[in-house]
Amino acid sequence: MRYAMAIDTLKCVGCSDCVVACQTENNVPIGFCRDWVVEVTDGTYPNLTLENRSERCNHCTNAPCVRCCPTGASHITEEGVVLVTHNKCIGCAACITSCPYDARYTHPEGYVDKCTFCYHRLKDGLLPACVSACPTKCMYFGDVENPESSISQVLKNRKWKQLIPEAGTEPKLYFLI
Amino acid sequence: MREEIIVSGRMNEGVDPVLHAWGWEIAIYLFLGGLAAGLIIYTAFYTLTNKEKKYFTATKLTPIFSSLFLIFGLLALFIDLHHKLFFWQLYTSINLRSPMSWGAWTLLVITPLIIILSILNLKELVPVVNFSKFKILKLIVIPTSSDVINWQWKYAIVVKVETFLQKNIKAILWLLLGYGIILGMYTGILLSAFNARPLWNTSVLGLLFLTSGLSTAAAFIMLISKNKEEIKWFSKVDLVMIVIELFLIIHMFMGFLASTKVQIDAANMFLGGQYTVVFWVFVVFMGLILPAILEIFEFKGMHVNHKISAILVLSGGLILRFIIIYAGQNSRYLY
Repeated sequence: MRYAMAIDTLKCVGCSDCVVACQTENNVPIGFCRDWVVEVTDGTYPNLTLENRSERCNHCTNAPCVRCCPTGASHITEEGVVLVTHNKCIGCAACITSCPYDARYTHPEGYVDKCTFCYHRLKDGLLPACVSACPTKCMYFGDVENPESSISQVLKNRKWKQLIPEAGTEPKLYFLI
Repeated sequence: MREEIIVSGRMNEGVDPVLHAWGWEIAIYLFLGGLAAGLIIYTAFYTLTNKEKKYFTATKLTPIFSSLFLIFGLLALFIDLHHKLFFWQLYTSINLRSPMSWGAWTLLVITPLIIILSILNLKELVPVVNFSKFKILKLIVIPTSSDVINWQWKYAIVVKVETFLQKNIKAILWLLLGYGIILGMYTGILLSAFNARPLWNTSVLGLLFLTSGLSTAAAFIMLISKNKEEIKWFSKVDLVMIVIELFLIIHMFMGFLASTKVQIDAANMFLGGQYTVVFWVFVVFMGLILPAILEIFEFKGMHVNHKISAILVLSGGLILRFIIIYAGQNSRYLY
């Protein structure tokens, strides 16, 4: 079992619905976000290419945040989701500095917070809020270890990339290109 | 042309626009921790080699300062924590892959040990107490008939514990020596464990911080010692440490420049980038080269006040920690 997410950069229109869905679902404090949309423009007019990426925690298999955490608050579940146990977190920010994706932040209440792949929804058989809310259905979520899952299928049939794989983190966010 | 923007907007405090997870608290701790580690290493080493008489300041007086530096350093660390009431969670697990975890355990051992050593040294530091002047002291100590050391602890249990500890002083000193080296190195190893920050991601950092700690500690002993022979010896030690530190800095930059794009970018912050002046002028020239020159002049017989080089070394060490902490958070992968 290994949860992962694939985002179709060709379908994404950059509407930021995923960001708002996440903030609403997870009560993200005002002024913070667990996911965000990056727009990359390449080339010179009229030969321009555009890439929209909905980004969040990469739920890395070799997660530097889990390695650097002194208390074990940052941990990786058997489904491959990277989570923070709030009352084990001392707020030292070691994980924030260790994340090459800058996906973490300190919650105003003191503990470190980040995307959970909506772990509470997964248990009920629901999809993460961002995936459910996406109006263009450009996000795929599921078990990459199950060859029959929709995400395995799309990763088999499409070209994809990961963000800074050279950092050795084995990220679990795939961007279809 | 390539333009990359976050269209959904992102301004997470402490992370955007540039990472600022750690500030002055961490830099101060790195400095005080390194300084204390250096002092503890000297104390343990010169006591174990029976040089207490020769280097009285380094063996008997500095443990008090080491204890204070560690306490203030720990206080700075505590101020930095955002979830303060949960700090005890550090001691519910040992995560060997997290340098911060074994650093926390090291501090838990070394801080009480150095405080114990400071207390054990009290009889040699203040053998004669003026009881008529400091009446309040009678709460914990009582006068004795001896002329050499005119006081004894008031409670029998304290005397018992003291005798026990004095019997095992060698074990305490060996522990202090070992843990002192770990304390001096782990802060650098902690930073080097963050591969997300290319400037920190070099294994030279552990040795660099240890050497800088030993150098600032030697400078501190030069500053407070009254014994000419001791001052001379520690300025020699300091000179050796400065030379090693200069070598390690060159070694570090050579490593960066021979590495990947992100590490070349990290090095360029110091080779033409925004940290160039502050690093080469305040750390390398004023904190290392200038004090080294002054120390050499002194050995040649010229009259130079050793306190000048000591203060320069100490400020250089402090600025080094600040620059490494701030510049490191500016260095990152771009994708």
